[in-house]
Amino acid sequence: MRDVLLAVIGIALVNNVVLVRFLGLCPFMGVSKKIDSAFGMGLATTFVMTLSALAAWVLEHALLLPFDLGYLRILSYIVVIAAVVQFVEMAMRKSTPDLHRVLGIYLPLITTNCAVLGIPLLNAQSALGVGMSVLTGFASGVGFTLVMVLFAGLRERLQLARVPDSFEGAPIAFVTASLLALAFMGFTGLVPAGGV
Amino acid sequence: MEQMITAVMSLAAIGSGLGVVLGVAARRFAVEGDSRVEEIVAMLPAANCGQCGFPGCEGAAQAIVEGEASPTCCPPGGKVVALAIAGHLGITLGDDDMEEAPKIAVIEDAICIGCTKCYRLCPSDAIVGAMKQLHGVFAEACTGCNQCAEKCPTGAITMQELPATAGTWVMPKPPMAA
Repeated sequence: MRDVLLAVIGIALVNNVVLVRFLGLCPFMGVSKKIDSAFGMGLATTFVMTLSALAAWVLEHALLLPFDLGYLRILSYIVVIAAVVQFVEMAMRKSTPDLHRVLGIYLPLITTNCAVLGIPLLNAQSALGVGMSVLTGFASGVGFTLVMVLFAGLRERLQLARVPDSFEGAPIAFVTASLLALAFMGFTGLVPAGGV
Repeated sequence: MEQMITAVMSLAAIGSGLGVVLGVAARRFAVEGDSRVEEIVAMLPAANCGQCGFPGCEGAAQAIVEGEASPTCCPPGGKVVALAIAGHLGITLGDDDMEEAPKIAVIEDAICIGCTKCYRLCPSDAIVGAMKQLHGVFAEACTGCNQCAEKCPTGAITMQELPATAGTWVMPKPPMAA
């Protein structure tokens, strides 16, 4: 239990997917104008990341490793993840329309988002087991959601702040993002080395 | 050579396998939505202004079809849209459901400072104008969603009743009819 908690903290905060690994920056800048949509995006990404970590692990161990096809990893991951997300979206629309209303519009947007693809690739690189892979996917999603909501909150405040003309819009958002990334560097060392 | 065949075959198998799965799923999980909803959406102004209290015109259409909302819930559409929807669904409207004629935005020339705030807000692109130029409203395009009037810094925009035309006039009920 302690290991799991440490791993989640390590992945969500110390090695945050957005601010430390710099993956998934497009939704980070694009869908962070309002807290509501940022949160929805975060939930959808968490969902997709968990699912794709599992799908990629199965693919890795059922096909790529036994047949020595490591060079097809990126290609086949993209195909499988995109297909799984599409399938889940259809199934969700049929079985749980309420959930679909919350996540539905974001799901097609992130089918092969770089963070969603990056986490399974990193998992494969460090040869994690199935449980750990899924946990990594989930915790990365939690970290992503956290950062999205934090950043959206900051941007909502920025709307009210007096920003110099030349910095208005995207520039000040990037400055804010870099300050947030600096703040996240403060988590380095929170989890003892070897804990993750 | 052999490895190339393995690679090509396995990717082809994955691709076609997933293709079949998705194709079957699209049939299997097809949502047989109420076709009336789409028809009602087509009749509504599609401004997604939210004055009805539902999430966009699609939400309103859903509620109208399910009977949770009256066809008169759409202020921008006004009586014309309400009557059209009621006729389409075979509902009769109550007497006092909608007395107001549809309203559209009107810009007072003397007060407009040309700030383009309304122009940027307008969901139906009914406002023309540029920075420091007098703005104008296209009466045909305005859905009366009131967003511009709320944001106008000088109060130059007011919502006024649309002058009756052949397309919007509705015959008043005879006073004696019950």
